[in-house]
Amino acid sequence: MLAAAVGLGLTWMTTTRGTELGTLTIGAWTARPRIGTTDIDPYSRATVTRNGELPIGTGDGIAFTARADDKKKPLDGRCDVVVSGVTPAARFWTLTLYDNKGHLVANSLQRYGFTSEEIVRSADGGFEIHIASRARAGNWLPTGGIERYLLMLRLYDTPVGVATRTKRDAPMPQIATVGCP
Amino acid sequence: MIRILFTIIAGVLLGGVVHLVSVLALPRIASEDAYSRLTPITKLNAVTQLPVADPSDTLMPYLDPALAVAVCRYDLSTGPIKLSVPVSQAYTSVSFYTRNDLAYYAINDRSAGKKVIELDLMTEAQHEALPEDEDVTAADRLIIDSPSATGLIVLKALAPEPGLMAQAQASLAASSCKVQVDQPTAKQAEVPMPAPAPLQRGKR
Repeated sequence: MLAAAVGLGLTWMTTTRGTELGTLTIGAWTARPRIGTTDIDPYSRATVTRNGELPIGTGDGIAFTARADDKKKPLDGRCDVVVSGVTPAARFWTLTLYDNKGHLVANSLQRYGFTSEEIVRSADGGFEIHIASRARAGNWLPTGGIERYLLMLRLYDTPVGVATRTKRDAPMPQIATVGCP
Repeated sequence: MIRILFTIIAGVLLGGVVHLVSVLALPRIASEDAYSRLTPITKLNAVTQLPVADPSDTLMPYLDPALAVAVCRYDLSTGPIKLSVPVSQAYTSVSFYTRNDLAYYAINDRSAGKKVIELDLMTEAQHEALPEDEDVTAADRLIIDSPSATGLIVLKALAPEPGLMAQAQASLAASSCKVQVDQPTAKQAEVPMPAPAPLQRGKR
């Protein structure tokens, strides 16, 4: 009984919350470069099949996830969060907001994310995305006011991957919570 | 006292074993994996467009709403698959997954280097059975070995902005994925009796 409880409990926990195995963390962002290869670790494999997702293949791109800002404060849909800076080299990228189950969050604008092509940039090529429940000027990504959400930055056709180790190879954008009601 | 302690330690150790076994077994026993979710809405050995991701859609988690996605669920038991995907204006990619959702190959429009991504997908046995001669003449066709007889091919086309989604979908609609009924007929005259050779090799 105890054995079954401990064992299945551990499995449930690791496949739900993920493990640190084979992850690449840059700032607030985490990726699993091996998830899109046949070298995928057993934990990621179990997670992928359990959630019913299809991981992005390595020849296609890589996905970075952020659940908290740079100061480790969990992303809160009622707060104002700014994602700014630069992204690693890639032909295209998309930034998408999901709830904790990986579903898009309904909003009247039907705006669920941005692509690198449609974003409004400053003169030096940098960008700022304002994530908030109420309308903001510039690149506004609505949260629908949900309590917890996550951001996924997908790089398509990119050199970032298994060989990437540090921020120098892959400069990720900053995430800052600038105000909470 | 020692007995209780012993039971607890044994329980935790056994728990570890249960944990490892269940993690390793999950990919095989999971009933809600991507392949199973896609099975009812996709045709076998044909391209099916998926609806664009939106909040009411719970088909699969973490779909990219900026991409038009189409799926070809394949079964190689009747023969190799011929895949052809015209490249869209922005970005097109083709990813291959086994029956157990393992990503084993992916290619994008730029690495394919052509206006149409053309691939032959076959099992290793079918690849070996291919006459060598044809391998050479087909050098400009990419041959992919599938580790499993069934699986998924996922075609993606990027819509750089929401207004271009229809265009991305249209480019995927022009793609095809079908069982290669015959080896290219023009070549067949030059290559007499190619099939039995690997069989004999196998018997020895």
